[in-house]
Order: sequence, then C-alpha cells, then structure tokens
Amino acid sequence: MTCFPASTDKSLGLVIDLDTCVGCQACVTSCKEWNTGGHMAPLTDVKPYGGGVDGVWFNRVHTFEHITQEGGRTVHFPRSCLHCAEPACVTVCPTGASYKRASDGIVLVDEEKCIGCKLCSWACPYGAREFDVEIGVMKKCTLCVDRIYNEHIPPEDRVPACVSACPTGARHFGDLGDPASPISRLVEERGGVPLMPELGYEPTNRYLPPRARSERAPTVAAAPLEDAAPEGGFLGWVDRMLSR
Amino acid sequence: MHPAYSVILFTTATGAGYGLLALLGLMALAGMAPPGLWPGLFGLGLALVLITGGLLSSAGHLGRPERAWRAFSQWRSSWLSREGISAVATFVPAGLFGLGWLLTGRAEGWVALAGALAALGAVVTVCCTAMIYASLTPIAQWRSRFTLPGYLLYAAMSGLTLLNALLAASGDGGSVLAGAAAALTLAGWAWKRASWRHDDTAGLPATVNSATGLPGGRVLSIEWPHSEENYLLKEMGYRVARKHRDRLRLIAQFLGFLAPAVLLVLAALTPAGAVTVGASLLAALCQLAGLLVERWLFFAEARHTVMLYYGR
Amino acid sequence: MITGKVRGANAAPTQQPLHVSRAPAEGDGVETSCPVGDSVAKTTCYMCACRCGIEVHLRDGQIRYINGNKDHPVNRGVLCGKGSAGIMQHYSPGRLRKPLLRTGPRGSGQFREIEWEEALSIAADRLSRIRSTDPKRLAFFTGRDQSQSLTGWWASKFGTPNFAAHGGFCSVNMATAGLYTVGGAFWEFGEPDWDRAKYFLLFGVAEDHDSNPIKIGLGKLKGRGGKFVSINPCRTGYNAIADEWIAIRPGTDGLFVLALIHELLRAGRVDIDYLARFTNAPVLVVKAPGEADDGLFLRDAEGSPLAWDRLRARAVPLDDPELAPALTGAFTVEGRACVPVFQLLAERYLDASHGPEAVAERCGVPAEVIRRIAAELAHVAFDEAIELPVPWTDLQGRRHETMRGRPVAMHAMRGISAHSNGFQTCRAIHLLQVLLGTVDVPGGWRFKPPFPKPPPPGPKPAGKDGGRPDTPLAGMPLGFVHAPEDLLVDGEGNPVRIDKAYSWEAPLASHGMMHMVIRNAWAGDPYPIDTLMMYMANMAWNSSMNTDETMTMLTDTDEEGNYRIPYIIYADAYASETVAYADLVLPDTTYLERHDCISLLDRPISHADGPGDAIRHPVVPPDRDVRPFQSVLIELGARLGLPGFVNEDGGATYRDYADYIVNHERTPGIGPLAGWRGEDGEAIGRGAPNPSQLERYIAHGGFWHHTLDADQRFYKMANRAYLDFAQQMGFVPKVEPVVFQLYSEPLQRFRLAARGHGAVQPPESERARIEAHMDPLPFWYPPFEQTLVDDREFPLAAITQRPMHMYHSWGSQNAWLRQITSQNRLFVHRDLAAELGLVDDDWVWIESVNGQVKGQIRLVDGVERNTVWTWNAIGKRRGAWGLKDDAGESNRGFLLNHAIGDLLPPDVAGKRYSNSDPVTGQAAWFDLRVRLRRCAPAEFGFTQPAFERLPLPPSIPPAPQTLSFGAQFRKAFGR
Ligand SMILES: Nc1nc2c(c(=O)[nH]1)N[C@H]1C(S)=C(S)[C@@H](COP(=O)(O)OP(=O)(O)OC[C@H]3O[C@@H](n4cnc5c(=O)[nH]c(N)nc54)[C@H](O)[C@@H]3O)O[C@H]1N2
Ligand SMILES: Nc1nc2c(c(=O)[nH]1)N[C@H]1C(S)=C(S)[C@@H](COP(=O)(O)OP(=O)(O)OC[C@H]3O[C@@H](n4cnc5c(=O)[nH]c(N)nc54)[C@H](O)[C@@H]3O)O[C@H]1N2
Ligand code: SF4
Ligand code: SF4
Ligand code: SF4
Ligand code: SF4
Ligand code: SF4
Ligand SMILES: [Mo]
Repeated sequence: MTCFPASTDKSLGLVIDLDTCVGCQACVTSCKEWNTGGHMAPLTDVKPYGGGVDGVWFNRVHTFEHITQEGGRTVHFPRSCLHCAEPACVTVCPTGASYKRASDGIVLVDEEKCIGCKLCSWACPYGAREFDVEIGVMKKCTLCVDRIYNEHIPPEDRVPACVSACPTGARHFGDLGDPASPISRLVEERGGVPLMPELGYEPTNRYLPPRARSERAPTVAAAPLEDAAPEGGFLGWVDRMLSR
Repeated sequence: MHPAYSVILFTTATGAGYGLLALLGLMALAGMAPPGLWPGLFGLGLALVLITGGLLSSAGHLGRPERAWRAFSQWRSSWLSREGISAVATFVPAGLFGLGWLLTGRAEGWVALAGALAALGAVVTVCCTAMIYASLTPIAQWRSRFTLPGYLLYAAMSGLTLLNALLAASGDGGSVLAGAAAALTLAGWAWKRASWRHDDTAGLPATVNSATGLPGGRVLSIEWPHSEENYLLKEMGYRVARKHRDRLRLIAQFLGFLAPAVLLVLAALTPAGAVTVGASLLAALCQLAGLLVERWLFFAEARHTVMLYYGR
Repeated sequence: MITGKVRGANAAPTQQPLHVSRAPAEGDGVETSCPVGDSVAKTTCYMCACRCGIEVHLRDGQIRYINGNKDHPVNRGVLCGKGSAGIMQHYSPGRLRKPLLRTGPRGSGQFREIEWEEALSIAADRLSRIRSTDPKRLAFFTGRDQSQSLTGWWASKFGTPNFAAHGGFCSVNMATAGLYTVGGAFWEFGEPDWDRAKYFLLFGVAEDHDSNPIKIGLGKLKGRGGKFVSINPCRTGYNAIADEWIAIRPGTDGLFVLALIHELLRAGRVDIDYLARFTNAPVLVVKAPGEADDGLFLRDAEGSPLAWDRLRARAVPLDDPELAPALTGAFTVEGRACVPVFQLLAERYLDASHGPEAVAERCGVPAEVIRRIAAELAHVAFDEAIELPVPWTDLQGRRHETMRGRPVAMHAMRGISAHSNGFQTCRAIHLLQVLLGTVDVPGGWRFKPPFPKPPPPGPKPAGKDGGRPDTPLAGMPLGFVHAPEDLLVDGEGNPVRIDKAYSWEAPLASHGMMHMVIRNAWAGDPYPIDTLMMYMANMAWNSSMNTDETMTMLTDTDEEGNYRIPYIIYADAYASETVAYADLVLPDTTYLERHDCISLLDRPISHADGPGDAIRHPVVPPDRDVRPFQSVLIELGARLGLPGFVNEDGGATYRDYADYIVNHERTPGIGPLAGWRGEDGEAIGRGAPNPSQLERYIAHGGFWHHTLDADQRFYKMANRAYLDFAQQMGFVPKVEPVVFQLYSEPLQRFRLAARGHGAVQPPESERARIEAHMDPLPFWYPPFEQTLVDDREFPLAAITQRPMHMYHSWGSQNAWLRQITSQNRLFVHRDLAAELGLVDDDWVWIESVNGQVKGQIRLVDGVERNTVWTWNAIGKRRGAWGLKDDAGESNRGFLLNHAIGDLLPPDVAGKRYSNSDPVTGQAAWFDLRVRLRRCAPAEFGFTQPAFERLPLPPSIPPAPQTLSFGAQFRKAFGR
C-alpha cells in the first residue's frame, strides 16, 4: 500500500551542517560508489566519457551565494532524500513501488514493482529522485539501508557511506524521531531547519544553518594594540622585558 | 516540466475521447442518441480509439511498460492508479454500450444505462487524470483550482466539437449542437486565459530561502553539482522562452478556441450542407491541434520547486 | 551495539551507528545484509598526494567499494571526493595497455605496440650511449610520483645532474622558505595543531596536499568555536567556511603580513623569551658596509655565531647555556661594529612604510582590519595562552614543568608559493609565526618528523662538474645551497643544469625547475640534450606554462629535420596529452596494481605526533601488459650496470621495486621504510633489512606509525627527548638545536657576492637582481609580471584553484568525477562584470601578453573585485584520456595555461627571465595579468584555442556508451 504509515517506530535521517561543509563532494562519490553496487545497483551512467554525460546519483552538492545585509557568504549545499514523514512521492506512486518503512521511516523504491512513470519525482519538491534510463526505474537515496544494518560490516561502520566519508564531519545520522537522541539534541542546539516546510512534507533530515558571523567568530575580545612604551619605544620595551 | 509527447498525446486524446464517450452516453440516457446506428457507433468507436490510443501512448512514457498492470494497485492513495482503474473500468460499460447499440440497433434501455455508466466512468477518469497534476504540490501551475475544471471543460469541449463534426458529416448535425460546441469552446477559451493569468503569477510554492534553509537576502546558484544536464534538469528544468511561449499561446488560442469557435458558429448559422460539414470537421481538427499546443504549454510552463536549487 | 572505543575522525555520537543495528522486521524483502566483498585489502590511496589509508573491498577480483581506514593517521577513516571515486580511476578506459613506439610524426599520436623487451632494450641502448659519452644529455624529470628518493638516486648513479621532480613548478617557495627559516615547511612538513588552536590563519589554500587532514582539522576547529580567518582572493571551499574572509589582492600577502608584524612590534606583543631561546634574534650581525663580511654573523673561532650577553657584557656563543642575550642595541666586538638580528628586524618593520595605512590600498585590506587582526592574534597568543601539564627537558638540560602554548596556527600554500615574490612572502609568514612564539608549541603550527632539521638543511646539490662519462655524481642532484660556492655554475657563471636551477637566476632552486626543461632543451641553452625522460607529468598540457608553445617546442626540428629534442621517453599510466609527444611510451600500472613506498626519505605520511610511512601493494593484478615504472627503472639501472643496481657479479641487485623497498639501504640500517626493521622486525628507524617487512606493513593496514611520547611532541627544535629520538632515527645527523633563522645568512652571502666579494660572483648582468632579492630579512616586492606588464592594458589578476574533486588533469577520465565538472567557468565579480558590460554565461576572451584563451563566465560575489579565476586543468585536448570528441572538457572547458608565459616580458635590459621566483625558481603561475573581451555571439559556445584531435593509442578500446558498474555485484549476490 502506498499510503505511508501514520507513524514510524524510528525516524532515521541525516543532519547536514552547512557551517562546515566545504563542498568537497566526498559524500557524493562515496554514495555513488557504495550504492552503484548496493541495494539499487547499478547507478547507471550514460555517455560516461562523452558530451552530455549523465548518471544516477543519490546525493548532489550545490554551491550558492547567500547575500544579505551582513555581506555575502558562499554556501555548499548537499541535497539528497530527506525521508519525509508526509512524502507525496509515496502517495502518488501507482504501483506501491515507492514506500515508507514503518520501522525506521526510510523511504525506498522497490525496483521490481516500479514502472518508471516518474510521477514520484514530480511529486518530490527536493529533487531527490533520479530516473535510471537504462533500467527504466526510479532510484533514490536508501539511507544506506544495506549498510546501517549490515551484519557483514563491522558494527562501528554501520553508518551511511556519506556520513563516514565526510572529511569535515559535516554529516550526521540518527533517529530524529527520538527527541533524546544525540542527533535530535544537535538539531536543537544548532537550530536545525527543515527544507521547504511550507509544503507540508515534513522532511526528517535537517540542515544546520551557517552560524551567524558575529556569534560564530569566537568573541576575540582583543583590545586594540597600544604602543609598547610611549617613551623608550619598542626597543626600550624589549630591554625591559629581557631585564625582568 | 519536460513536455513529453507521449503525455501530451495521452491527456489530449483521452480528454477528447472521454468527452465524446460521455456525451454519447448522456445523449443515450436522455433518449437523444444520434438517430442513425452508424454515426453513433462511429462516434463511440472514435471515442474508444482516442482513449485506447491515448492510454497506450501514456505507456510509452513508462520506463517499464510491461509492468503497467501494477499501476492498478494503489487506488487508495494514487491518482494515477485511480485513473488507470477508472480508465479500465470504463471500458466495461463503454463496451456494453457499443455492443448493445450494435446488437439492438438502439441506444435505449440497458444500453442507455450502460452509456450513462460509461459517461460517469469517463468523467471520473478525466477527473483522475486532472488530479494527477492537480495534486502535485511542487508545481503551482498544476496544483491550482483551474486544473480540474479545466481538464473537464476541455474534455467536454473537444468531445462536443468532435461529436458535432461526426454528426454533421453524417447529416445528423444541427445548429444547436454546433452552437453548443461553439459556446463550450468560448468557455474553454475564457478558462484557459484565466488559468494562464493565474499561472503567470503563481510562481513557486516555496522560495529559494526555504529550499536551502538560508533565511533572508538573496540566494544565488553559483555552481550546479554537475556540468551537464541531469535527469532533474531534463525532466523538471524545461524552460520555454518567453517569446516562444507568447507565440505558442497565440497559436493555441487560435487553433484551440478562436478558429473552432468561428467555424462552429459558421456551421450553426449555415444550413446543412457542405459548408456546415466542412466547417465542423475543420473545427474539430483545428481544436485537437490547438489542444495539443495548449497541453504542450501546460507542461512546458509548469515550474517545479526543484529548480530553486538550480537557479532556473 | 558498539562496545569499546569508537575509532576514526567521524566519531561524534551523531556519526555512530544506531544503538541497535539489527535490521528491523520490516518485511519488505530488502536484503540489508549483503556481504560487501570477499576480501578487503588495506593500502594507500593515490588519487592525490595526501596518501590516505584505504580499504579496498574486492568481490570476484573486482573492486566493489573503497572506504577510508579508520586507523590511518592521515585520514582516520574519511575519504575525499576523489578517493571515493577510485573505482572509476582504476577502471578508466584511458589506461595505457602496452609499450608504444612512435610511428608517425611526433605529436601525431601514432604508435605501434611493442613488447617490453624491445622497449627496455631501446631505452637501455640509448641511455647507455649517453652515459658513456656525456651523461648530462639525459634529462630525467618526474612529476608527483612520490618515489623521488629512488628516481633521484638513479639519476645520481647514472651521473646526470639534470634531474628533478615537479617541486620547482609546484611549491618550492614554501619548501625552501620554510627549510631555510624554521627547518620545516608548510609544504607537507608541518601542520597546525588542530586539536588546540583557537585562531587559525589560512593563506592561499584551496585544497592542498594535506587535503583530508585539513578538512578534519577545520571541522574540529569550527566545532570548538575557534576563529578561522582566510586570506584568499577567492571565497570557495575551505575559505567559504571561514569566520572572516580577507579578499587580498593576488601577490600582496607580504604587505599584509609585514603590516601585522609592524603592529605587533609596535605594541610589543611578541614573544621575547621565545625569540631569545629558539631563534637567531640575538645573533650579532656585522655592520661593515663595503666589506666582505658585512651582514654576516659574528662568529667565534669555531664558527659558532655569537650573541651579546647583557650580564657579562660580552659576546658569547649563541648556544652558551648561561646566555642572557641582548636583542637590541649596537655593540663593538673586537673592533667590529655589530647589532643583534632583532635590532635589524625591529628597525625595518617598525618603519612607517610597513604600517597598515601604507599597505592597505595596495593589498586591498583596510588598515583597520589589519590592526584588528593583529590585535586578535596578540590577544589569542598571549592572553589565551595554554599550558599543557607535560614536563620536558630542553637541549641545555633545563627541565620545564609545562609546555606553554600560543594557540595561533597558520598554514599557507600555493596562493603564496606561485608568485614570483613567494619565497620572501613565505619567509614573512614564518617570521610572523615565530614572533608570536607559535612554532611547534601547543596550539600553534607543528613540525612533522623527520622535521625540523637545522636550517638550511643538509646536503648540497651534486653535479657541479656537469657529470662525467660512466661516473656517478658525488651526491644527489638536488640539495640545498648555502653559499655562492655551492651553485651549479661554470667558471663563467653559466648554468650547469639544463633547467638552470642553482644558477644565478635561481640560486636556491632546491627542487629544480621542471617548467624550464623543455624550453631550454629546445633552445639548446645552456646546451642541447639527447633524451628527455619524463615520468608522471603532463608537460604537454597542464603542467607547462604556455602549453601551445611547449607543444611546438616538443615537435620542432632543426635545419636537418631532426627533432631539437632528439628523444623523449615517457612513463604514464593513462592516455594523457603528453603521451602523443613521446618516442617511447612506458605504460605504468594504476595505484592499485603496484608497490609504492611513501618513505621518510621522501615525502612521508608523518603526523606532528610522530613519524610514519606507508606502502602501496598490488591489490588487483594488472589486466594489461603494463609494468610499474619504478620496477622498470630498477631494471634499466641493472641493464645499464649502474652502481648500486648491480652486484659484483653483474647481476641485478633488486628483483623489482618491492625488493628494493625492503633491501635497499641508503646508509647502513636506513632504508626506504622505517617500520619493522631488523631481521626480526622489531626495530624502527634503523636496522637491518627485514625480509618480511612488506608483509608486516600489509598486516598493519599498509602503514607504519610511531607515536612520540608526550614530552617529545612539542618544542622539537630544542627538545632533548625528541632530538635524541630524531638522531637515532637518522632524521638529524646530530643532536643540536634547530635555531630559527629570522635573518638568513646564506642569502646575505649572495648579496655579498653581488657586491663583488668572494670567489664565486654573479655575472655583471645578474648583480642587481641578486642584490635586490637575496635580502636576508623578508621583504615584499611586486610580482614581476605586475611590473613588466602595463596595468591599464591588463588590469586583472587571473588565477586558478584546484577543484576538490579533481586531481589536475587525471581526474577527467573518471566517469564519476567528470560528471561533477566537465566544463570550467571563469569566475568574475558581479561588479566587474557590470563595469565590463558582461552578463552571466557570456563567453569571453581571456587575453594576456602571452596568449589568449576563450571560456564562459560565471558571475560571483565571493572574489576580489579585480581578480578572475577558474578551476585548474579541467580543459582537455580533444581525443586525450579516452574521452569522446564531444566531451565538455575539450569543447567548453578551457586551460588557462594557454595564457600563462614561461618567460617574462623583456626587462629594461631586454633580457627575458623565466617567469619564476628569483630566489627559488618557483614557477609564478599566479602572477598572470589579463583583460577580458566579450566574444562575438558567433564565437559563443566553444573554447579556443583548439588543437588537432589526438587519436587513441592502439588497442585502447573506445569508451562505452553506458556504464552499469555495480550491476555485476548484484548478480554475484544472487539477487
Ligand atoms: N583535489 C586536489 N587536490 C590537490 C591537487 C589537485 O589537483 N586536486 N593538487 C595537489 C598539488 S600538486 C598541490 S601543489 C596542492 C596545492 O594546493 P593549494 O595550495 O590549495 O593550491 P591551489 O588550488 O592552486 O590554491 C591556491 C589558492 O591560493 C589562492 N591565491 C592565489 N593567489 C593568491 C595570493 O596572492 N594570496 C593569497 N592569499 N591567496 C592566493 C587561490 O585563490 C587558491 O585558493 O594541492 C594538491 N592537492
Ligand atoms: N594554470 C595552472 N597550472 C598549473 C598549476 C596551477 O595551479 N595553475 N599547478 C601546477 C602544479 S603545483 C602542479 S604539481 C602541476 C601538476 O601537473 P602534472 O604534473 O602534469 O599533473 P597531472 O595532470 O596530474 O598529470 C600527471 C600525469 O601523470 C599521469 N599519471 C597518473 N597516475 C599515474 C601513475 O600511476 N603512473 C604514471 N606513470 N603516471 C600517472 C597522468 O596520466 C598525467 O599524465 O600543474 C601545474 N600547473
Ligand atoms: S525528499 Fe522527496 S523522495 Fe525523499 S521522501 Fe521526501 S518527497 Fe520523497
Ligand atoms: S516511477 Fe516507480 S516509484 Fe515512482 S511513482 Fe512511478 S512506479 Fe512509483
Ligand atoms: S544515506 Fe546513503 S544513499 Fe543516502 S545520500 Fe548518504 S550515502 Fe547516499
Ligand atoms: S563530504 Fe561533507 S564537506 Fe564534503 S561536500 Fe559532503 S557534506 Fe560537504
Ligand atoms: S585526499 Fe583523497 S585522493 Fe588524496 S589520498 Fe586522500 S582519499 Fe585519496
Ligand atoms: Mo603541485
């Protein structure tokens, strides 16, 4: 049934820190590398060595400039499925291929059922779904469902590929449905925001906004520099320092 | 949105087909079925051809058409699923309607009832088709109060224009029918213009600020995540140049509404004869062509929120 | 549930697995527990020089997945965008498959495949002839191969001085400035104390070699709320997340830094004790204008520099444990007038010409910002000083109860380096660090062992005689010049080396000048050569300045129709642009198919907390007829009978590179790898070769790392426990203090030569240039191109940055990486564009005195207003790298190098110097001045210049139309 569950046991998702993301694309390629051999394998590439190259990716990083009264800022912005609580990508699906798991809230596509009508990608405001033209089905971020529970992976590595690769540590993973979880507390602390909340999809993922410059720069309460010694000048001061 | 020909053809053809089917069914119910056997059956046949052709063409849009049957399963939530079921279901009364009509030679009694059910199915199906689009939150041009009535109106309009042409050709037409078709065409035109007015100001249901979580100020896209166009840009990032759009709107209005209306009025005003037949046929052809252009614009002009990320 | 310590960089509670990572009973049939592969091999990444530890998961002999090794000291489990796309690098269709012999004209890309035996005998015959006649006629230059200790040793045994790696065009300014000043360098030899710094200045870095450590570090710093200040004309990448962005004008950092120094001195906010203890600030400098020792240090009979003792009122050796130094004043010692270094330094930088107001305009940083940054630096360094409760003992035997830290750290790279004033600017940054007392202290910038070494470091360049037939050089071709006598020049002052490194034009060219080799060999200046052998450097494209001319020089012929550069041997792994210009192509393996050695003798993977080295080992067998170049070089060495490569019986000493790595000893007990030495494998640093050393490395994840004791980790320049260890390990020849050279005596020696003193003096024409630039105290001068090119005609600076997800030219054949960027734009400030009448997406001609190139613009806000920039090396030549003709890289992407010159415009005397730093010979890529001209609409949409398409080398299959990599694993798992 493509109706999504009224509630899920967990709400697993990602939190992305726009304050530290440097746009290095590690999450992008590690996601591709894991997933092209994983649950949704392959993530087909078309014209891989020619013009018009195009492929399926579950995670893409944009670069924006945010220009406000306080000045300009360059922001790198990773974008992947937000595992919404009210995902229209699921309800529009005519086949039941698109579904939201009741246990952990992960939104998945069952490739065997998908007819490739693309409607779910139209219904997703975030552009989180990509169509595999070779195979004719829709694909999307699986929240690395084949990593986070994978018994063949050492327990400590059972996190999404993008989270473990991210060199600045800008990506976080956990149960956003549990207000006591570390990730929920992080969101709370840093004022994490949902994207396009006005559309009512209730995304699970959160973005931590870049810290305001004034707050973010530690208060370097530096007093302006005064001349070392009005008389005797700097060199005189040095002498005094040495004669201490 | 990318104006895929399969989908344009699908919505236009099934719209006209269901319009025609519904009109025939309703006429039968009202005891006003076309007098001759053949014009009626021909009309029904045409409706079914348009519907079937449209549906088949929609399957051309699918990545895995061989699995299309799966689309019937999610009627509880999916308008596409509902549309599929309703479309298939409608074939039952529509088939009985045609069969009965053929066998009994008349569209009365249970045959008329089948016709009425087919008409109901047609209306429901067109509603479902419309709702596929009207339910998509990320696209303000579609998720609007104009979409559902619009689909119904254009289905009725194109169905009636077709019916008028058919009956005119078989000599069974009349001024009332042509006049009604002209009136619906004008109503459709007015609706289209009103929709466009709405669409042009509808913008997007979200802002680049809410899309990125960066409040206030301007957010400008500096670099895309990829140099070349990807699926999202190809599917959701279609842009039609303003100049181009204005020209196409004129063409759509002329072919879809103005020319058919004039032709239909001409048909209504001239006594039965070659002119009426010619005008009616031309009106139908013209209108279908116009609707194809209208539908192309319906897709091409629709703006999706994902483009907020791409600065398009 | 995880028990035990969580490893790796991403170990926050929000980066850990679920509390219960058992799959829930969802019943949706999703296979959540597929085995990843059937084996895991731990080795070292080589998609860039960062050298991260990786775990390569293999399935049926194919690579399924690559992730970071959490135990690895470099990346601690994280990977970058390139490293995570390693599969596509390895399976690139552009890989060379077999040795190639040129059949068509050079540059046409026409080859036939030959067997290795033929290739090796062609090379050996030719090289042997050269060696027995005039070995310098072999010029052997290598790229970023990380095996310079082998290649340099090979060249030395061959007997040619004409050897260098790529450092001369890369970052020799950083290496040399650092090594001559503090005995370490930003360039891979040091790192910020990411765990303790509270204030961080980053000068001119986009990505750097230490990619992942920097990213991990920035994450930590920001997480702690430290302040990060970026000094960079561009606000991208790291600089985008800085708390403060200083949009400096290219080439003017020296002004900014010296103004900070001015402010700190003015306010007396410098670490006097630190200066007195660890630097040559107290050393007395002779003041004797016109005399041969003017500006040199006052020394005692043993040659030790002297300082003035305030208490004893006499000059005593700097290393006198009782020294109470005077830093200021003027003294007369045995009739010679002298002043402490610090006095000279203070006089110079306290001058108003170094004040914020005086420089603000020129460097584009408002005076109040300079003053505020100076105040913040002083505040954090002195008022927020930290103290580690770790007792340590200095070289004089004094015990210190704590380690005092000044939590201000800095890092700088090519934004400083790639300017013709980069050496002196980098010295200025080191000076700033030292004045604040932040070098190798907690919270500051730290040395990575084997550094520090006494500045300037050890051996001098060999090959002064130009090399003699069948004779090895007396030492290694690259080294460190201390005085004019060490230059490689002949009696007339003419360069000995083909690249003119260590000549008067580039006296401290510690890394050679690879960017000049092709021009000089072509011009026969200083002499013609026979064979140019190159390894892993795309010199016919992105690593040459003025690519167009370089390609012409490579194919140019003399009157008789012979190529001016008679023979070119090239080792590459891929079908790069340069392959087409080789006569003999030696195809290399990929990084997953060979042994490599990331050695302490070379560019190791040390951490400030301890030394480390690493290996690569074949994790997949080559599926082509290719051989690791190092093994090929070893075999050539044996065929040529080079000493060290053959035994007494004439047989090859080493089977291959793996054998060399294990058994080669540079000096007794010291070999390429420091870990698991000695017969039983229990020794580190020094010890007999261990036959199972490689197995030990492999078992340990491909690397060795030694963690210093807590009391050895800071103050390495004067820390007895550390220096004892360093000496045992062979990092330093003896236990002695590393004294920071704020005033550089070697530079003064060159000035004196320019003034007519000494046995080796510059030719008349070079005197003024030497006098001006070999200043023993850091100073700023405008980059050469800025002074030689008319500012009104070429009003803009043009620079490049490395994209984080691409490694120079070789990333573009990667099917995944090239999707991210297959076309580079020229980024132009919105205001500048408005002034020039340009709009977003326009195409422009980027014109310089050297040439022009066409590209598409993108308007931005985050760039210094009169600077334009682009991503480096995205533009490709059509046909190269196995890319198809319609690839974005060769149609819309562009290479800025077409507009960069390897020679400067003529100076007043009409001489055209190389476009390099006058001290080190570092290529000045970022001095480029340009103007923009909007293209006619008909010229929109495609880049120019365009060059003839290169054919694919034989038997390289055409690239596939689609790629479904990974589908095979799905089948393998039986789904
Ligand atoms: N991903 C990736 N990593 C790499 C490489 C790669 O190709 N790709 N290459 C490796 C190599 S060989 C090297 S040498 C290193 C180099 O690493 P980086 O030092 O990071 O080199 P660039 O990318 O050239 O960045 C130079 C930076 O200096 C800035 N800049 C230019 N002029 C000035 C100036 O006058 N003042 C200041 N303050 N800034 C200036 C530029 O805007 C740019 O941000 O990276 C290594 N790492
Ligand atoms: N405009 C501009 N130009 C620049 C710079 C800049 O900032 N701006 N930076 C300069 C700097 S610092 C550098 S270091 C140079 C780098 O420039 P290059 O040294 O030319 O670097 P790459 O493009 O990485 O090319 C190296 C060659 O090595 C080959 N290769 C890759 N892997 C292997 C392997 O495993 N074995 C062998 N044998 N070959 C292999 C590649 O195919 C390629 O042909 O560029 C310089 N050029
Ligand atoms: S982000 Fe898009 S694809 Fe993901 S759950 Fe939400 S609506 Fe669905
Ligand atoms: S494309 Fe597939 S998953 Fe998406 S709505 Fe259609 S059937 Fe469902
Ligand atoms: S959670 Fe997994 S699938 Fe989703 S973006 Fe991250 S790596 Fe990709
Ligand atoms: S890996 Fe981390 S830093 Fe890099 S782009 Fe992704 S989120 Fe940003
Ligand atoms: S920084 Fe990236 S490419 Fe370089 S070695 Fe590390 S993982 Fe590999
Ligand atoms: Mo470099």
